[in-house]
Amino acid sequence: MSEEITLMKGNEAVAHAAIRYGVDGYFGYPITPQSEIIETLMEAAPWNTTGMVVLQAESEVAAINMVYGGASCGKYVMTSSSSPGISLKQEGISYMAGAELPGLIVNVQRGGPGLGTIQPSQADYFQTVKGGGHGDYRLITLAPNSVQEMADFVALGFELAFKYRNPAMILTDGVIGQMMEKVKLPEQRRRRTEQEIREQCPWATLGKTADREPNIITSLELDSAVMEKNNERFQAKYRVVEENEVRYEEVKCEDADYLLVAFGSAARICLKTISLAREEGIRVGLLRPITLWPFPTKVLNEYAGKVKGMLTVELNAGQMIEDVRLAVNGKIPVEHYGRLGGIVPTPDGVLEALKEKIVK
Amino acid sequence: MDTNNIISPENLVYAKPELMNNNHMHYCPGCSHGVVHKVIAEVIRELELQEKTIGIAPVGCAVFAYKYLDIDWQEAAHGRAPALATATKRLLPDKMVFTYQGDGDLAAIGTAETIHAANRGENIAIIFINNGIYGMTGGQMAPTTLKGMKTSTSPDGRDVQTMGNPLKILDLVALLDGVCLATRTSVHTAAAVKKTRRMIKLAFENSMAGKGTSIVEVVSTCNAGWKMTPADANDWMVENMFPVYPIGDLKNI
Repeated sequence: MSEEITLMKGNEAVAHAAIRYGVDGYFGYPITPQSEIIETLMEAAPWNTTGMVVLQAESEVAAINMVYGGASCGKYVMTSSSSPGISLKQEGISYMAGAELPGLIVNVQRGGPGLGTIQPSQADYFQTVKGGGHGDYRLITLAPNSVQEMADFVALGFELAFKYRNPAMILTDGVIGQMMEKVKLPEQRRRRTEQEIREQCPWATLGKTADREPNIITSLELDSAVMEKNNERFQAKYRVVEENEVRYEEVKCEDADYLLVAFGSAARICLKTISLAREEGIRVGLLRPITLWPFPTKVLNEYAGKVKGMLTVELNAGQMIEDVRLAVNGKIPVEHYGRLGGIVPTPDGVLEALKEKIVK
Repeated sequence: MDTNNIISPENLVYAKPELMNNNHMHYCPGCSHGVVHKVIAEVIRELELQEKTIGIAPVGCAVFAYKYLDIDWQEAAHGRAPALATATKRLLPDKMVFTYQGDGDLAAIGTAETIHAANRGENIAIIFINNGIYGMTGGQMAPTTLKGMKTSTSPDGRDVQTMGNPLKILDLVALLDGVCLATRTSVHTAAAVKKTRRMIKLAFENSMAGKGTSIVEVVSTCNAGWKMTPADANDWMVENMFPVYPIGDLKNI
């Protein structure tokens, strides 16, 4: 088969990648700037080809709870939304984490707080990696910086979610969701049969057969002693994820005196800043976290022994900087540069900030 | 006839349904939940759906429903059971999917999920226990609490001017085209239990036949929350609940 390369939006790539991956169900509610995901799915009508269910729910709350129901059956199920809608989904995400359910949530971020703006933002970093919903839980978080990664991370998100029985999120923003790039979609996989799901997910509620006990999906446990054990089990799992699933990209870091730390669309802007800075003789590299949780703490700590300073570039008022500072642990200066409310920084703006705050 | 005669198998006229396990129920003595659980267990067995049934438990008194019936269960967030059931039935169309919800869960916090699942005509059965009060949290006012009824959050009685009127959600739902069965029953007499059993069986059959959404509202007692004996609670229900929530079919097609 010849290589199939298409030009499409990041949001469209998510939809097509979901069909190709053999996702069983998508449940969503329209909100800008991510409505192309459900529109693309409805246009593609995958229920006629792969049998994938696509449903427009009555709210984001209902959509995430449909994901909870579908995930309880061991199915590949997903939802998508943008910041205000993701806030509504937090209850369901917490319940999924508590019931150890795998599923994929896509957040195409826009500026807040409140109804905010429909322009891109990365201001949901705290919400995503620090909890969002109630209780001690973690959300596996992938931050794509291209349309290709929007497509690729659908598969990666489901793989990690099922490997650890934990919800996973693609945390992206209006820039990546709306921009068009070429993308190579994965080959079409068939959806798993019920028998395959019974074997892969022995915990799934597919109907109790005579040879096993009832499967019960719940986050409830009123016995505090047992609930503490449950929490300890979750925490042990999170430590395994932190040990094994950290992903990041290094650009021109080998000879760098300074490091930019940025994810998603901000990292794209930093690539241009690197060449502008190097033209002026400032040796700058980029460390791009791909997983925001688990966070690339170890590698950042190592770079703190090699570079003179770091600048985090974020489309927010300074959120990821807290994790970078924790990683660096005071060894070198770490400062933040960001634009707020839907404004995207320019490469020149990043360079100026680097010179003003770090290079000096 | 001595005790041995009475308990001999040939004289057995009543048995615990096979699908009910030996876990101790947390329900208060006299509460309607236990009877409805038993009826559901019997109907699933009669229809031979034990390997095809997925139950969705609510938040409220029936939050632990999954402890008592040996089938696969999902425990939902408060009010969201119809959303879970929607996805489950759509992804597993050959299964029988039912929700079991109280009036706070279904008619307050879950109103949107109830109305929209029913409006889409999801092929699910909704068993709705309406006792006019929040039992699990200790007897607060529900959307279905009667006018003038005293609860811990309406200590002087429900004032409909400031607290709203009893919500007849079954009447609302019955108007929706996606609904094939909307019926009210009770379980306070043997005849009423029999009728409830018939309606739950029909609801489960409708789910399997793909006829649309079935809702069986069981007008129930909460003798603990109402602060009455079980017998008085039954009388009070007949006298006060039935005029507001009349027993019978609103829709059965």
